[in-house]
Amino acid sequence: MVLIVLIKQLVNGIQVGSIYALVALGYTMVYGIVKLINFAHGDFIMVGGYAAVFTVPFLVTLGMPPWLCIPAAVLVCSCIGVLTEKIAYKPLRGAPSLSVLITAIAVSLCLQNLALIFFSSAPRPMSAVFDLKPVTIGSIQFSGISILTILLSLSIMVALQLFIKRTRMGKAMRAVSEDSEAAILMGINTNRTISITFAIGSGLAAMAAVMYCSAYPQVQPYMGSMLGLKAFIAAVLGGIGSIPGAMLGGIVIGLVESLTRHFNSQLADAVVFAILIVVLLVKPAGIMGKNVGEKV
Amino acid sequence: MKEILKVTDLNVNYGAIHAIHNVSLTVNEGEIVSLIGANGAGKTTVLHTITGLTKAASGSVLLEGTELLTTEPHKIVTMGMAHVPEGRHVFAQMTVLENLEMGAYFRRDKDQVEKDLEDVLRRFPRLRERSRQMAGTLSGGEQQMLAVGRALMSHPRILLLDEPSMGLSPLLVKEIFTTIEDVNRDGVTILLVEQNAKMALSIADRAYVLETGDVVMEGEGQAMLKDDNVRKAYLGA
Repeated sequence: MVLIVLIKQLVNGIQVGSIYALVALGYTMVYGIVKLINFAHGDFIMVGGYAAVFTVPFLVTLGMPPWLCIPAAVLVCSCIGVLTEKIAYKPLRGAPSLSVLITAIAVSLCLQNLALIFFSSAPRPMSAVFDLKPVTIGSIQFSGISILTILLSLSIMVALQLFIKRTRMGKAMRAVSEDSEAAILMGINTNRTISITFAIGSGLAAMAAVMYCSAYPQVQPYMGSMLGLKAFIAAVLGGIGSIPGAMLGGIVIGLVESLTRHFNSQLADAVVFAILIVVLLVKPAGIMGKNVGEKV
Repeated sequence: MKEILKVTDLNVNYGAIHAIHNVSLTVNEGEIVSLIGANGAGKTTVLHTITGLTKAASGSVLLEGTELLTTEPHKIVTMGMAHVPEGRHVFAQMTVLENLEMGAYFRRDKDQVEKDLEDVLRRFPRLRERSRQMAGTLSGGEQQMLAVGRALMSHPRILLLDEPSMGLSPLLVKEIFTTIEDVNRDGVTILLVEQNAKMALSIADRAYVLETGDVVMEGEGQAMLKDDNVRKAYLGA
């Protein structure tokens, strides 16, 4: 019996963890390419959530499957991501990192308050996106959405890894993230590469939003801040700038949170933040991060 | 002789500092032209401005008649000019082969790229041996070869080289200068920036001396080697 509870808790942890991982990928990709912690990234999740909430009824009246809200949310979030970069971050390229950091926090507050004005602070219920039956493995029953979230996230991560390693655009992204001046000398359009990175990162946040809202079916203006923070911790734990690191960090944070919650639900957040402090003290470069000194 | 690169009255500022003053220089097709001068004279800044990594305050940089100062920096390499930056700047976390592929990033002529890759690997057999290795694990000399090979992958008509001898042993310095002459013999025009004035002048057709942002002297490479002022200031004689 204890074992069954434990396994269920593990699956829960991996489910939440893969959502964190999707969000952490956005932090880490953007950091890798422009050396900026995009603190508005968590709020992109909220934007994705609202995009999904509003498109689902629309799709249903049109007689279309509600999961089509995913591409809609991805599109909206990608546009918001690209616009944020163009309006708020691009003019600050070359500026001290503190200015950029403050700007990122300002963008985050701005998005939250815009959501408050337009959608009010009352949580909006999210109608079901997927109609899934529970999956029974052995004698244990898992919710369909858990399994779907895990499988979908894993396939996205594999696809992303292939994209980065194999495609021309992926190689350009790696080149810009490693050495943007050398990348320009290779003929790479760095501005376009940065835009595409923001689009992909924000698109992943939208996917995370739909998966999250399928598990906890409501959307409100501040939903992105805690989720974003935990994903940020996941990215730091895995090694900021490292894509496999973000995936690993997300799963680890999800598991730790879910297992702690099982024993003491009030302690879960504290433990997650304690991880951040310990990582920063003991191994600031993270699990998979390389400790590269500042380039002079 | 046909001018391939013509820099006229170039001025560059770094904040309040006027770093480059009215620098003019010409590179003719097929030449090796060296730009020598002490540390901080502005040699690297001149190259960076030519390829658009640094913004000019005024002046003109013409590549076969096209103004580069108003060209988007990433388009310059596609116009036939490659730049090997100071300190090599290879992509340390990519393999040697991936680095070379990045050199041909903008090219669509796959067959010719294959041929150029084969040429580069023939020119630098060490790179072939290490083709699957991460570029960051190469020695300084190998990284310099990789940086030059990567630039050659764009099939340039003119190659800008910034301090290729920096940090290399005397033996490797010789090797790299032999390579530069070979590349030039194969029809690539060279603009070379060097602190090692002796080597740079000995292979140069013509040379310019830069002092704190001004061109103070120009002439033929061999003549400059014998010039008393140059010998005193840059050759330690």
